Amino acid sequence: MSSLPLIDPTASNRPRRTRTNWIMLSVAILVAIVMASPFLLLVLNAFKTGADYSAHGPLAWPTTFTFDAFTSYLARVNFPLALWNSIFSSTIIAFAGTGLALLASYAIGIGRIRARTAVTAVLLIATMVPHEALIYPLFYGAQATKTLNTVWSIIIVFTILWAAYGTYILSSVMSTFPREVLEAAAIDGANRWRILWTVVFPIVRPTLTVLVVFIFIWSWNEFYIPLILLADPASQTVPIALSTLRGQHSIDITVVNAGSLLSLIPTLIFFLIFQRTITRGVTAGAVK
Amino acid sequence: MPSSTALTRRPIDRRASYWLYLLPLAAGFIIVVAAPFVMNVYTSLFHWKGGQAPMRWAGLENYIALFSDDTFWRSFQNTLAMIVAITVVPTIIGILLAALLFDYLGRRFGDKAIAVLRATYYVPQILPIAVAGFIWAWILDTQNGSINLALKGLGIMSPPDWLGNPDIAIYAVMLMLIWLQIGYPVVIFMSALQRVDPELYEAAELDGAGWWRRFQAITIPQIRPEIFVVVLTATIAALKVFAPILILTGGGPEESTTVPSYYAYRNFFELSRVGYGSTIATVMSIVIFVVATVMLVWQHRENRKELS
Repeated sequence: MSSLPLIDPTASNRPRRTRTNWIMLSVAILVAIVMASPFLLLVLNAFKTGADYSAHGPLAWPTTFTFDAFTSYLARVNFPLALWNSIFSSTIIAFAGTGLALLASYAIGIGRIRARTAVTAVLLIATMVPHEALIYPLFYGAQATKTLNTVWSIIIVFTILWAAYGTYILSSVMSTFPREVLEAAAIDGANRWRILWTVVFPIVRPTLTVLVVFIFIWSWNEFYIPLILLADPASQTVPIALSTLRGQHSIDITVVNAGSLLSLIPTLIFFLIFQRTITRGVTAGAVK
Repeated sequence: MPSSTALTRRPIDRRASYWLYLLPLAAGFIIVVAAPFVMNVYTSLFHWKGGQAPMRWAGLENYIALFSDDTFWRSFQNTLAMIVAITVVPTIIGILLAALLFDYLGRRFGDKAIAVLRATYYVPQILPIAVAGFIWAWILDTQNGSINLALKGLGIMSPPDWLGNPDIAIYAVMLMLIWLQIGYPVVIFMSALQRVDPELYEAAELDGAGWWRRFQAITIPQIRPEIFVVVLTATIAALKVFAPILILTGGGPEESTTVPSYYAYRNFFELSRVGYGSTIATVMSIVIFVVATVMLVWQHRENRKELS
């Protein structure tokens, strides 16, 4: 990184760490601390007793470490079930959505079907439409198909919504695909279905991985549609289960903190595992 | 769904048979997006309490009512605040932070330190919004909030009532949203900077350009496509903000933090004015499509100008 030759007379061949450098670094670190401080406060207060919290406030170090708040949260919310609902639904949505996107983008990017520009525009609409404009009919649709209050309602909805976004990304990747490779495979007698899986799939796999990871996170965090479609606690995902604590004024703030902490741990673990993929993926939509 | 070999051999059907691959998504799109959206528009033409209640034809009455609805205009005004908090401020801070990390600190303190800082900025982005909302509702609390306790510790005896004062609540919400959003532009801009040719910076340095000059003349123009993407996606997100409002303020106090999506939600599920809620949702969609189209067309033109 530090190989740029600097001609500035005050600098040596390698950029020297001046006082300004350290000040700038401090600024960047300070921003990081500000960004992280809500989490630090959360951890600090999730292990306190309610009495300790009311006596010393949120900024004090706990007098004793206790798991009371966690036990109390687990008594109110069936967290293992919510965790399972989240894992189950997000996993299916991630793979099904990416699969649908792969098929559709094959038609648009490689098949170059007529009206592909119009199709892409329609898909963009799907990713932009506010969920408010869909929710009431979706609610009745879920009721009619008996999927209301089951994770299948959100699985169906989000598989399609994210597949539309994925198709948009993937078809632009595929439209740059070298035609000769496809033609060579066709001459070897491979039909379309085989070309998709033996030629195209291996090449777009890195992008597919990014999509799976992202759709998983987005589905996990979705709030509005699950809030409406999953009113029954047995079907709720982690964020929705947590939000049922809203408005329960009798509840200890330490319990809310413990619940929040429990709810963000899976996300954090996922983030640590897939950090590279995620950084790569954030930019996938921005790269043209 | 294997495409039949018989079809591939007939030249006329060559393109057509690819439609089979689009079919599953197209069917899903009609069921999950198109049909519900059309029904929403249809419902917006009725007075309807929802459920089994009778639907009374209203024509454009809901739309006319919307025009003279103060709460709706208030919510629209608040959308502008959301755009400031989600698009304007994070994009500007994001560019500065990305340039600081990549161009300035990266060269002197190494990639590892930079990666850790970047990851820390990004974490709020992957957090379930329900969790983020809870944390902030508690941090901003008037009595026991960390911010106010810290302010009291600094000797400010009557710190602001962040979420309870109608004049301040919107700023408190904005603060939270800025925190939530910043990581996104930072990550995108940093990766954009990686494709900038280092020789550009070298040449500028040779010419004696300082950091600020290089930032203006190289960094900003070079990452313009990414700036555009961030502005577009963030603006659409700002027009749709819902969960932070529901969890932090419930639109209050005195409707000072109501946004259109939250107002639609209230009409649907609290006020039983489903027709009116659909009207709000329809207008929201139109605004989003118009804004997105205008921005895309504008970007298209800019790109052309650059090429010619």
